[in-house]
Amino acid sequence: MTETAPAPASPVREARGLADRLREIEFDPRMIGMVAALAVIWFGFNWLSDGAFLTPRNLWNLLVQTASIAIMACGMVLVIVTRNIDLSVGSMLGFVGMVVGLVQVRLLPELWGLEHPLTWLASLLLAMALGGLVGLLQGALIAYLAIPSFIVTLGGLLVWRGAAWWVTQGQTIAPMDSRFRPLGGGIEGAIGTSASWAIGIALCAVICLGAALIRRRRKRFGFVLRPLWAEIAIAGLGCAAVLAMVLVANAYILPAGVARRLVEAKGGTWPEGGFSIGHGLAVPVLMALGVGVVITFLAKRLRFGRYVFAIGGNPEAAQLSGVNTRKVLTLVFGLMGVLVGISACISTARLNAATNAAGTLDELYVIAAAVIGGTSLAGGVGTIAGAMLGALVMQSLQSGMVLIGVDAPLQNIVVGIVLVLAVWLDGLYRKRLG
Amino acid sequence: MSIAEPAVLAETHPGQGKPLIEMREISIAFGGIKAVDGASVDLMPGEVVGLLGHNGAGKSTLIKILSGAYKADSGLIRVDGEEVTVSSPRDAKRHGIETIYQTLALADNVDAAANIFLGRELLTGWGTLDDATMESETRKVMGRLNPHFRRFKEPVKALSGGQRQSVAIARAIYFNARVLIMDEPTAALGPAETKQVAELILQLKKQGIGIFLISHDLHDVFDLADRVTVMKNGKVVGTARTADVTQDEVLGMIISGKCPPAAVAGPGALKT
Repeated sequence: MTETAPAPASPVREARGLADRLREIEFDPRMIGMVAALAVIWFGFNWLSDGAFLTPRNLWNLLVQTASIAIMACGMVLVIVTRNIDLSVGSMLGFVGMVVGLVQVRLLPELWGLEHPLTWLASLLLAMALGGLVGLLQGALIAYLAIPSFIVTLGGLLVWRGAAWWVTQGQTIAPMDSRFRPLGGGIEGAIGTSASWAIGIALCAVICLGAALIRRRRKRFGFVLRPLWAEIAIAGLGCAAVLAMVLVANAYILPAGVARRLVEAKGGTWPEGGFSIGHGLAVPVLMALGVGVVITFLAKRLRFGRYVFAIGGNPEAAQLSGVNTRKVLTLVFGLMGVLVGISACISTARLNAATNAAGTLDELYVIAAAVIGGTSLAGGVGTIAGAMLGALVMQSLQSGMVLIGVDAPLQNIVVGIVLVLAVWLDGLYRKRLG
Repeated sequence: MSIAEPAVLAETHPGQGKPLIEMREISIAFGGIKAVDGASVDLMPGEVVGLLGHNGAGKSTLIKILSGAYKADSGLIRVDGEEVTVSSPRDAKRHGIETIYQTLALADNVDAAANIFLGRELLTGWGTLDDATMESETRKVMGRLNPHFRRFKEPVKALSGGQRQSVAIARAIYFNARVLIMDEPTAALGPAETKQVAELILQLKKQGIGIFLISHDLHDVFDLADRVTVMKNGKVVGTARTADVTQDEVLGMIISGKCPPAAVAGPGALKT
């Protein structure tokens, strides 16, 4: 079968470079760079820590720790793409976390009784709604009153941190509902091995089916197609990454005591010498993946996303084309707030407590993740997958340094340098090939 | 009707049908400065009207009121004789008024199809973007304008000036425009591309599309335009059929505001 498009009507052929050709098959070479950087970091730390980095336990924890930042980074990409910034996400996370903690520990037990089966869902929805409202408020100030986002969200950074303290006059609230805690990961937040396999296989099926559908559609219109080998390789890599993640998560064995309790709780008997049960994928990691998929869909397949990128490329052009730029901007900040709400639940559940210091400095990690992931602060350019990888790179650096015993001040120095270096390299790349 | 009847039109177009566009007594001020002051222009189907004047004469501002980018302080706009309100670019497009801005107003970071359909995306049955159909339509319309164009997947910032111009024009004509506003359409183009634009204008004119051609350079528009309207300091100096006046006379209107006998004088004409 031939893999080229039908011959163009005109014989004109433009000279094309490698970058053009990669773009033609809709493949971003920068992603290869990100994955390579991640591989260097992982193997480097593994070597420095005598094999302690690339263990199921460490990788499992690494993914759980990345989830909260990765989720917020998805929203931050859209914010930065529209040429704005949100400095308030860390403080918002603290504020939303406190309100959720208060409602869950003090209010809902009075209304519904302790440990009501819907407490976790009510908490999550409340967090998303509250975060969304706060985001919409900030977005409206930015879009309709034309106050620079830097200033509005800098104000927000102070306001929401203060508000977080105000909720309980600084008291920490604990413990959380037992059905809410899985949102933060930990042993109760692991879904088990069989469910993990099921999800992994389903994801692989979606990847392959999606690739096939897109290919069929492009073929029907007679567009240029990726070479079949490239198509298979890309889908294969995606599936391999998913299955590797499942394998690693399943290889992280529950502590014997926990496994025994689990077996006995289900009415089984604990065999002599015991046997091993894997953790499986963690709930926050699945939430982060879900958010990544949803936001990518929003950004690539819906009008909203198209407008977000067009506004980033040329706000005036978007407006002259009839796009309601103010509404879109407000919604972008609202969406950012909803994602902060999800992350607030993950952080609160993970800590099993709501504290007013939760999320401190998160705004910087979130922005750094987006920027390392190839989001341009000039606006108009950025990918969700890149930002999530960026979050993973940042978290890998930090966990790795903790693992090999780097002092805390030095950790910050390294992360700061890496951030600057990454943006410089990205700029170089763009200048050469963009 | 208190606002002046289309005297200009009656005198320059005796016995013709309804004008496509009438702008009557339009005024707009920015911070106390009257950028446009009681300006009236009109446009017939299949007619090319050149809007001339120095930089800052108010011609771009007047036309941005028609395209919905600005809202006039006073005056009225009629489309096919019916009074309409144009308070946003979306309104203008609904009346079939499309604009090619001097800056082209392209989102540089997205591809040609995304620009052409910006604000009017084609959707699939599920409400998602129908990129395949949009790209296919883009290939068709670009094929008419610029047959050698191949770079459909690239952000438009990677394109040449002429290619970018083609994208901006494609966006304006794809949606069956009835009125086309071209603001300095050839300012950034070489001679060959300028000629291409001129041919396109004649072709669109034949289809009955009315075209406002804005330029500060008389030579760009004199041969293409059926009529010219000259503006100075926000006011209309006068309107004349290009067949009735010489280029020197129009130049005089632009520079000194002196209206020749063959032109219909406006409020901005030099009082003698």
